[in-house]
Formats: sequence, C-alpha cells, structure tokens
Amino acid sequence: MDFFKLFTKKQEKSKNVAKERLKLVLVHDRSDLSPRFLEMIKTDIIKVISQYAEIDEAEIDIKMTKMKKENNESPVSALVANIPIMKVKDKK
Amino acid sequence: MDNEKLGTAIVITSGKGGVGKTTTSANIGTGLAALGYSVVVLDADIGLRNLDVVMGLENRIVYDIVDVVQKNCRLKQALIRDKRHEKLYLLPAAQTKDKTAVSPDQMVELIGDLKKDYDYIIIDSPAGIEQGFQYSIAGADRAIIVTTPEISAVRDADRVIGLLEANELHDPKLIINRIRPDMVKRGDMMNIEDILDILAVDLIGVVPDDESIVIATNKGEPIVTEERALSGRAYRNIVRRITGEEVEFINLEADEESKLSKVFKLIFGK
Repeated sequence: MDFFKLFTKKQEKSKNVAKERLKLVLVHDRSDLSPRFLEMIKTDIIKVISQYAEIDEAEIDIKMTKMKKENNESPVSALVANIPIMKVKDKK
Repeated sequence: MDNEKLGTAIVITSGKGGVGKTTTSANIGTGLAALGYSVVVLDADIGLRNLDVVMGLENRIVYDIVDVVQKNCRLKQALIRDKRHEKLYLLPAAQTKDKTAVSPDQMVELIGDLKKDYDYIIIDSPAGIEQGFQYSIAGADRAIIVTTPEISAVRDADRVIGLLEANELHDPKLIINRIRPDMVKRGDMMNIEDILDILAVDLIGVVPDDESIVIATNKGEPIVTEERALSGRAYRNIVRRITGEEVEFINLEADEESKLSKVFKLIFGK
C-alpha cells in the first residue's frame, strides 16, 4: 500500500503548504489584543480595583500571553495581570 | 498656485521591508503626474532616504522634511521638481536624523499644507510598525499596502491591516508585487486568490516580477512611463484605479503564454 502510494501520491504544491502555514500563524497573530485595547483594559481594571484597594499604578503589568493547558493541547491566549496592592481599603 | 485644492494623501506601507514600497511610491507618483495631476511624493523613511535615488533626483537635494518641520526653510524650498514631469515634486527624507525627528502632529500639519496646493500626496512609509509607521500614516486619507506572494510579507501585511484599522484608516487597498506567473502556474507561489482569501482586503493592482524595473531603477527612471514594459502597464492601471477609474486586471498568465508563443514564432517562423 505504502509502496503504491509512493508512485501515485502527488507531491503537495508548495503554495498550499505556504497558505496553510500562513492561516495557522494568522489565527494566533490576530488573537492578540492591540496595545490600545490593552491600555483600555488596564484603565478599567485600575478603576475597579481602586474601589477596594490602593494600588501601585506605575507597577501594574498587563499583557497577553500564550498558556499551555495541563492536558498539553495547543496553547491558548491568556490575559495576565500583575497588580501590586499597597493597602486594602476599609470596608464599611 | 491657483485656488486652494483639497488633495488626497495616500500612504504606501507594508510592515515588511524590501517588498517594493519605494518603487511603488515613485511609480504611483510619476504615473499620477503623467495623467496631469499635481503630485508630491514624500519620503517618510527618515534616516534611510531612498525615494530620491529611485526617482533620480538625489543630486538636487538641499533641504529635507526635517528642515521643513523644524522651520529651517519654507515648504516650497524643500520640494524638488522632477526632471520630466512639471507637476511632480519630491519632499526628501533627512538622512542624518532618525525617526524621532518628526511627530505625528507635525506630519498632519505638513500634509494638511501640501493638500492645499497639490492633488495627490504619496507618502512612502518606512518598514516596521514603530514611530516611523505611526507618523507616516498620521496625515493619510487612504492607505495602500504592498506585499509580495511570500508568507512573511503576507503575514506582515495582515498585521499592518489591523494597525491601520486601529488607527481609523479604513478600507486599505492591496498591491501584490513581484508575482511570477511561471511559479504560480506550477503551484509554487501563492496566487492572487490565495492572498486575497487570507487578507480580506480589496485589490488595487498586481505587478509582475520584471527585470525592467531593476533596469529602470538603475537609471532613476520609474517604469510607469515605459510603454512596452508589462510592469509599467500594471502601474499605469493602478494609477488609473486610484483616480477612480475601473480598469480590468491584466491576465498575467495569459500574457506569459503569449510572450512564449511570440518567442516560438520568432524561432520557428510560425
């Protein structure tokens, strides 16, 4: 069977390889948030958290990353936020 | 100048370097001037000036864009008139400064001034998506993206399309440059449909890979005025589409065949 395939299977056109690879890479490229969008998210997060705690705004780090799940499937996009809290506000 | 015009500013951009932005800018600018429009081609690649040599105007530069922005000279003093086309001008980039020398706001002001006096402002953007890209799109009304049928160039074009959208520059048009009909035919190069399928933008032109472009650039004469060159015809069509005319796309594969059959006829006298 394999032997037979050797002669019958046509070599895949390299342009199709290129197109498939491009499609895959663009799925990931496009899933990233734009810096402007990230900045908007950051502003909103600061607004919400500030109601409950004093935060160090200069040290806030928010970014998009790719994370692998435990079952080791293809990586998924994740929003990672590191927000240093200086003091929790008193709750009334 | 006569009455105040309201010109159109078009940025030529790509993300990736080396896909033919500068050659495209020179040809579009020259082609528009050949149709009788008044045009300024603006080299926005500060630090890596090249539009001047592609247009054959490198010996005439006195002032540059940074001089204009910093008010070391008047705008009209920095504009260099083309050798052949009376209504075509080049605003050269500075060679010794870097991309921090011009801000997006200054660019908006500069292009606003140019639009009062000229029909078209063609902005040759630098490669990359950093400062240079930001200021070169700042004053533009429309955008043309140049890509080649290579995976890296198409990927970068996709990124630029996203960035243009984020900067409110909608509906960009695509030029596919350096396509090789022989390789497309063999299935070894992505064809026009493949690329449009992926990028989802409107096509404004396809330029074949053509030795005569290298020769024309060697001489500092844009190919667009070369009647016989296929790439020249492709650029003339792009120019007409920019002005709003509907022009059919050249069937490059058919042209390849006819060229071959011409050679056959020459050899075999058939």
